Amino acid sequence: MKYIKFFLVGLFFGIVLTKAEAVSWYRIYEMFQFDSFHMYGIIMVAIATGVMGVQWIKRKKITDYQGQPISIPDKEKGTFRYWIGGLLFGLGWAMVGACPGPIFILMGAGFMAVGVLFIGALLGTFIYGCIKDYLPH
Amino acid sequence: MEIFTGTWHWAISGFLIGMVMLLLIYFGKGFGMSSNLRSLCAMTGVGKKVSFFQWDWKSQQWNLVVVLGAMVGGYLAVHFLSAPDNVAINPNTILKLQKLGIDAPNGKLLPHTLFDISALQQPKIIAFLLIGGFLIGFGSRYAGGCTSGHAITGLSTFQGQSLKAVIGFFIGGLLMTHFILPLLF
Repeated sequence: MKYIKFFLVGLFFGIVLTKAEAVSWYRIYEMFQFDSFHMYGIIMVAIATGVMGVQWIKRKKITDYQGQPISIPDKEKGTFRYWIGGLLFGLGWAMVGACPGPIFILMGAGFMAVGVLFIGALLGTFIYGCIKDYLPH
Repeated sequence: MEIFTGTWHWAISGFLIGMVMLLLIYFGKGFGMSSNLRSLCAMTGVGKKVSFFQWDWKSQQWNLVVVLGAMVGGYLAVHFLSAPDNVAINPNTILKLQKLGIDAPNGKLLPHTLFDISALQQPKIIAFLLIGGFLIGFGSRYAGGCTSGHAITGLSTFQGQSLKAVIGFFIGGLLMTHFILPLLF
């Protein structure tokens, strides 16, 4: 039962991302062609909503649902990992038009071919885990 | 019904995605989709051989439940909330796609050229999807996050590290769309 709220948040997320068409290969292509404001608008409004919410949490010292203080961990310091990792991710994102969330959402929606993307993504995650100690971070 | 079946406005969509992140924070967690890929790898028991997967994926089960919900949400949205006028992209974009030989949306989320089940008969398309997926999995773990963790959560908490990653995402995306895709199709 403690998981039901996570299921519902996920359900909501899946519907929103699909109806926003952020799961569409076409929308990602259109974004990188600078042919529409749609995706930029989504990302910017999501960030703006996040900024306001996080500021509100900090100023009002809002606690989580169990009364625990909320802390959002800082990302580790790094250089290569962000530039190179980001670049590789961006290549994949524009190639197949999906980031990890949409891969799951599209599989759930029944797009069988997205299963191939999913296998590729698991493989990429696995290979990173194998060679991470040899990579500059 | 039209307000549900049409393309949701970017301002509403963006606001709702921001709320998803805030809700997960309120539940004492965080918004990050790509770490589920790490959990799924760890679940297979490869942690015995590869230390990166020696992590407590059970503490991340909540996130797998989020993903499960998202899959059901995707199913519901596609099967019950779709309309033929969806994915109305810019006509100029459709012309650019025509030059690459990629079919126009006509209400579909994904092009048949790349994602129709019959496209999987071509080894080139299978390789294309596998490599694309690989770059997403490898890149997001190397960068420590994807669109949800870096672009939305990281930027809305003003993290410089995430800004580097997001600039990387866009450089990679622009290179792919403008220089590499035209070579492949």
